Amino acid sequence: MTDSAQITELNSAGTQYQEIDSLLSKNKNYKEGFFTTTTVETFAKGLDEATVRAISAKKNEPEWMLDFRLKAFNHWLTLEEPHWAKMLYVPLDYQEYSYYSAPECSACDGSADSAENEIDPEVAKAFAELGVPLTGEDSNVAVDAIFDSISVSTTKREDLLELGIIFCSFSEAVHDYPELVQKYMGTVVPYHDNFFAALNSAVASDGTFVYIPENVRCPLDLSTYFRINEAKTGQFERTIVVADKGSYVSYLEGCSAPARDTYQLHAAVVEVVVLEDAEVKYSTVQNWYPGDDDCQGGILNFVTKRGLCEGKNSKLSWTQAETGSAITWKYPSCILKGDNSIGEFYSVALTNRRQQADTGTKMIHIGKNTSSTIIAKGLSAGRSENTYRGLVRILPSAEGARNFTQCDSMLIGNQCGAHTFPYIEVENATAQVEHEATTSRIGDDQLFYCKQRGISEQNAISMIVNGFCKDVLSELPLEFAQEAEELLSLSLEGSVG
Amino acid sequence: MLLKVENLQAKIDEKQILKGLNLEVRAGEVHAIMGPNGAGKSTLASVLAGRDDYEVTAGTVDFDGEDLLELAPDERARKGLFLAFQYPVEIPGVSNKLFMQTALNGIRAEQDLPPLDMFDFDEYAKDKIELLNMRDDLLERSVNVGFSGGEKKRNDIFQMALLAPKLCILDETDSGLDIDALGLVANGINTLRSPDRGFIVVTHYQRLLNYIKPDYVHVLYNGQIIKSGGFELVHELEEFGYDGIVQQHEQAQ
Repeated sequence: MTDSAQITELNSAGTQYQEIDSLLSKNKNYKEGFFTTTTVETFAKGLDEATVRAISAKKNEPEWMLDFRLKAFNHWLTLEEPHWAKMLYVPLDYQEYSYYSAPECSACDGSADSAENEIDPEVAKAFAELGVPLTGEDSNVAVDAIFDSISVSTTKREDLLELGIIFCSFSEAVHDYPELVQKYMGTVVPYHDNFFAALNSAVASDGTFVYIPENVRCPLDLSTYFRINEAKTGQFERTIVVADKGSYVSYLEGCSAPARDTYQLHAAVVEVVVLEDAEVKYSTVQNWYPGDDDCQGGILNFVTKRGLCEGKNSKLSWTQAETGSAITWKYPSCILKGDNSIGEFYSVALTNRRQQADTGTKMIHIGKNTSSTIIAKGLSAGRSENTYRGLVRILPSAEGARNFTQCDSMLIGNQCGAHTFPYIEVENATAQVEHEATTSRIGDDQLFYCKQRGISEQNAISMIVNGFCKDVLSELPLEFAQEAEELLSLSLEGSVG
Repeated sequence: MLLKVENLQAKIDEKQILKGLNLEVRAGEVHAIMGPNGAGKSTLASVLAGRDDYEVTAGTVDFDGEDLLELAPDERARKGLFLAFQYPVEIPGVSNKLFMQTALNGIRAEQDLPPLDMFDFDEYAKDKIELLNMRDDLLERSVNVGFSGGEKKRNDIFQMALLAPKLCILDETDSGLDIDALGLVANGINTLRSPDRGFIVVTHYQRLLNYIKPDYVHVLYNGQIIKSGGFELVHELEEFGYDGIVQQHEQAQ
């Protein structure tokens, strides 16, 4: 049975929600929906051992990396695609995708320093259109720009290297810093962790490698922008962020993809390691193409993101604003191993039209006096389904653990769904775990109330949504916060007026 | 002439509610509209405010020289039309302050006035908060969230005091209010009476009208105003009930 048959048609009961439904169903202007035409090299579709070897060869990888991929690939073959999330999707045909695509340019073989290469002008144009600064002139942010399967530019690398900070593409790190990569890759998300982690480990394309040395506070925000371009390809980014003792880094991730007719696959793995007294702030604004009104052609976003607070007093904060994708499956998590370590998760997940999101976090308390904070805001509109799934697990060793969780849902209109699956597993009696949840609704009544006070429709929705998301948006770095607010308004409005 | 309603006819879901309503309100006047359930009182308020569940099938409404029916609800509000709701809704996550500041600055923009910043706004709101005896923390609280029925109505009148509209339509503001709340609300409304402002007070009961003495009273029945008069009409209703007035009207037809 197809997913569209299973998703039942809901009757729009009464006239109460008509106005809001029509407002929200107007064609959204996904301004990132353009695609770039340039010479690319794309592997033939299909996935077998030869494909994995070809990817490794293309990137000129050392033996150990190929081994890692092959082990993962063979394990992946034994696994079944998971469907336990509260989402409906037709099982993917993995043979229908191409697992490598990159713009052709002089030394784009992954081994050369991409910063020295000439960036394909069409690709440069694309990033310019997206507002991603490739030349390093924008002062506050260092950028690693990833186009389909490769990183095309990493800015400010030399400046950062002077401080001992490594900020380069994952492919480059494999060549230039093999000991570091081998030391950390797969330690937080092993290849056998789950179906998509195994797939990613086998066909990982590119991503970012960040290493902050001891006691260094990274002076710039580091960011990666992921751009999927070629149709019918999968993007499998692999990112590793390591903060050595006493260090600090704020890392931002952005993404987008062209509007296409067929589903596009994105299965990422992000591993973060935070050592003693160090802190990592990881922020994501996810705006993958969500598809058309029925979410056809949207990105299928399956992500495994996990952080290990290895050392004492370490801290990891995940902040995300998720507005895109047809399907979102991601649970940025913190393993609180070090004593006194802190994990935080701040999330705004918005679904509209027929998007489906099953997202949340896992906080695993292992060390003593660890604490975690979860603030998750879900906004559902249209006929979407928005699910929060969270796990707070306190192991017997976690003396004095504390958790505070707040998950709030806002329903916009009357055909959307909001669901919550909080799992709380406590195996130590000294733990303090708090959980709060609220559900509220924006209906035509609220909108009319605002209008009758002189506030326009657009401003009313924006005001209500931003009020709802305030606690989370305030955790995003300034530039991101503004972008996220705009994205929220845009994702809900379409072309009003 | 602040508001001129001529032959207004409106329906909802194929049911004709207003069947030719006529009303004239001048600035400075307080008009009471009374009538039994189903007469069309709330429909009138909703149609004037611009709720689009209702379809206007005939008639015109002139508001301060403009064709009201051509304007969107938020435009009507910015031109000075205010509706105090029968059932004010909650807006979680949006503070009363943000809500009112946004609304007020929208209206000020329409009048070519500069917007108020948050400090000016606090100053401006202070005495209105006291007037309606609202809690000190009113501005930080989310709009109507956790408010009692009476508090919600007082909040609407508070908003009315802040926005200083030209025409205030009170839709059964007195329903669900205890004596003290009624007194506060009535006092708030009376304080806002001015030669520049008109009021349409829609109500079932005469109770509120003892506090807010209207200049004109109209009886609305079956979608039309069947009788108009001064305050003495309220006493007549007391004596004969709506039935009595309706019978009078039918006999005269």
